[in-house]
Amino acid sequence: MVEWTDFERATIADIFSKMQYEVVGPAALARCLIVYPWTQRYFGNFGNLYNAAAISGNPMVAKHGTTILHGLDRAVKNMDDIKATYTELSVLHSEKLHVDPDNFKLLSDCLTIVVAAQLGNDFTGEVQAAFQKFLAVVVSSLGRQYH
Amino acid sequence: MTTLTAKDKDAVRTFWAKVSGKEEDIGTDAVARMLAVYPQTKTYFAHWKDLSPSSPSARKHGITVMKGVADAVSKIDDLKGGLLGLSELHAFTLRVDPANFKILSHCLLVVLSIMFPNDFTPEAHVALDKFLAAVALALAEKYR
Repeated sequence: MVEWTDFERATIADIFSKMQYEVVGPAALARCLIVYPWTQRYFGNFGNLYNAAAISGNPMVAKHGTTILHGLDRAVKNMDDIKATYTELSVLHSEKLHVDPDNFKLLSDCLTIVVAAQLGNDFTGEVQAAFQKFLAVVVSSLGRQYH
Repeated sequence: MTTLTAKDKDAVRTFWAKVSGKEEDIGTDAVARMLAVYPQTKTYFAHWKDLSPSSPSARKHGITVMKGVADAVSKIDDLKGGLLGLSELHAFTLRVDPANFKILSHCLLVVLSIMFPNDFTPEAHVALDKFLAAVALALAEKYR
């Protein structure tokens, strides 16, 4: 089981309570598709992903980015059993979506960078450590049901 | 992974011009974050009296590392040749596991994102990520 300090719990709750989902979600997914273009393989039906401008302006990317970010809400509410919380989502990503779990880390790095820009100097080293630990647990849980 | 295109190099040089003057702050913040977020990296600095992210040793090291990165920007057309000496240092003396180059690169990008939120666009991000990966590769050149 993952042990969380009071600081980590408070930090995660705080970040998500202030989260601008419709800004951060789209920005993080767009950045992932731009910086790691091979991730576009999962979005063949999203239309124009031809260049950075197209990706950043693509409404399907924006909508999906928001969806993914909201997907983290359940983990925020269930920090003591993220693994169980994401069992079904893990099966979905493995069996139906066939997403290489390495991609979860790529998206998580982009999310960290977007949140860092949003929070500025409030995103201290300690806050970053808590946020990345949270994302690492989410990423691990999402990969858990792959076989 | 992939070689730097002319567009990548331009993007890196353009961005780096904006960074000018803030190198020390960037370097110290990046190393501090690395030690805080990835505690396993502290194993390379067991000889420091104070391993906390804000210690004088950590600050000094951030400045050293950043000088290296700035140097790499100036040698962007031949990273392998230009960083040969640094590669030998990392290979034979420091023996840093190359996985850690990725870690420090990520921390550098986080700092750039915080300090230059408007300039660190996705386009700049991909160019800098490629550049730092190329630097890491050049640093690992002499390992084996």
